[in-house]
Amino acid sequence: MQFGILINEGPYSHQASDSAYLFARTALEKGYKVPRVFFYHDGVYNASRLATPPVDDRNVGARWSKLAADYGVDLVVCVAAAQRRGITDGVLGDNYRISGLGQLVEMGIQYDRLVTFGD
Amino acid sequence: MSEMDDMDDGSGIIKKFMFLNRKAPHGTVYALEGLEVVLITAAFDQDVSMVFTDDGVYQLIKGVDTKGIEVKDFSRTYRALEGYDIEKLYVDQKSMDARGLTEEDLIVDVTVLSVDEMANLMAEQDVVISF
Amino acid sequence: MLHIVNKSATERGALDSCLSMATKGSAVLLIEDAVYAATNGNAAAAKIQAAAADLKIYALGPDLAARGMAGRVLDGVNVVDYGGFVDLVAEHSNCQSWL
Repeated sequence: MQFGILINEGPYSHQASDSAYLFARTALEKGYKVPRVFFYHDGVYNASRLATPPVDDRNVGARWSKLAADYGVDLVVCVAAAQRRGITDGVLGDNYRISGLGQLVEMGIQYDRLVTFGD
Repeated sequence: MSEMDDMDDGSGIIKKFMFLNRKAPHGTVYALEGLEVVLITAAFDQDVSMVFTDDGVYQLIKGVDTKGIEVKDFSRTYRALEGYDIEKLYVDQKSMDARGLTEEDLIVDVTVLSVDEMANLMAEQDVVISF
Repeated sequence: MLHIVNKSATERGALDSCLSMATKGSAVLLIEDAVYAATNGNAAAAKIQAAAADLKIYALGPDLAARGMAGRVLDGVNVVDYGGFVDLVAEHSNCQSWL
C-alpha cells in the first residue's frame, strides 16, 4: 500500500511537519510505501538548508532529507508556493526538488491514501 | 497558466476528489492556494467536488473589494470554475444559517446540502483535501 | 472513513465540525492539540463520550504523553501509537484532516 503525504506548515511554528515525519517513518518501518511527500503553503520552508536549529533540538528539514536518502522518498516542494516565499533551488536541502502542483494531484490519483498534515 | 490546459498522469484513473474549504479568505492563504490545487486537479480530468463549510462559505461572498488591503481579489476565480468543468459546488446549510447568509449572497450557483447529505458525499470520495 | 482532528476543542471548532459530519461507524483520531478533548474534565469530554456511541474514537498516545495527559484519558477512547495511526489510515478507504 502506498501513502502520499501533504505538509502545509513550516517547521517549528507548528507540529504538522513533526507529526508527518513520525507518521512517514513509522509507515516505512512497517513496510508500507511512502513514495512522495509534497510540501505546500508554508510547508515549503521545511526544504531550506539554511536552517540551523540549536544542537539539542531536532533538525526538521534535515531529517526529512535523511528519510529520503534511507527509503528513496521523493520530497517535492511546490514551485508556486516556493517562489512566493523565496525558496529556490539554491537553498534546497539534500533530496528535495521543486516541481508543480501536478505532483500533488498525481499522489491523489496514483496512491492508495493521501494524508494531510497542517494547521 | 499553460500548465493547466490538459494534464495526464498516464494512468487513465479517474478518482473522486473533494476539496473541503473551511476557512475564510484573506486572513490566511489557504483559500487562495487551495483554489490553485483545484484548478490543477480539474486539468487532470478528475471528478472534482468543491465543498464550502464553516467559515469557508465566506469565500463565495458577493461584493468583495480588496483594494484597501492591497491583495489580489481572487473571488472572481470562483466564477471561472465552470470554464474548467468544475460544476459541483456545494455549501453547507448549517454553516450558511450560522452566518446569516443565503444563496443570494453568493457569487456562484451552488447546491445547498444538509449536514447529513454533506457527510454522505464526503464518505463516498476517494481523496479529500482540506484547506 | 477516518477523520483526523488536530485542533484543541476548547480553542477551535474543528472537532464539532468533524463530529457533525462523521457517519455512523467511521473513526475519529485525535492528534496534536486535539487530544485534550479526550481527557477527563475537559469541556469537550461529554461530546467525545456521546460520539463514542456511534463512532470509534482514538487518541495518539505520544501526543497525550507530551502534554501530560496520558493518565487522564476518557473511558471509551482507544489510545494508539504512531504504528496504530498508520494502521488506521491503511484500514480505512479514505481520510480527512480537519485542519
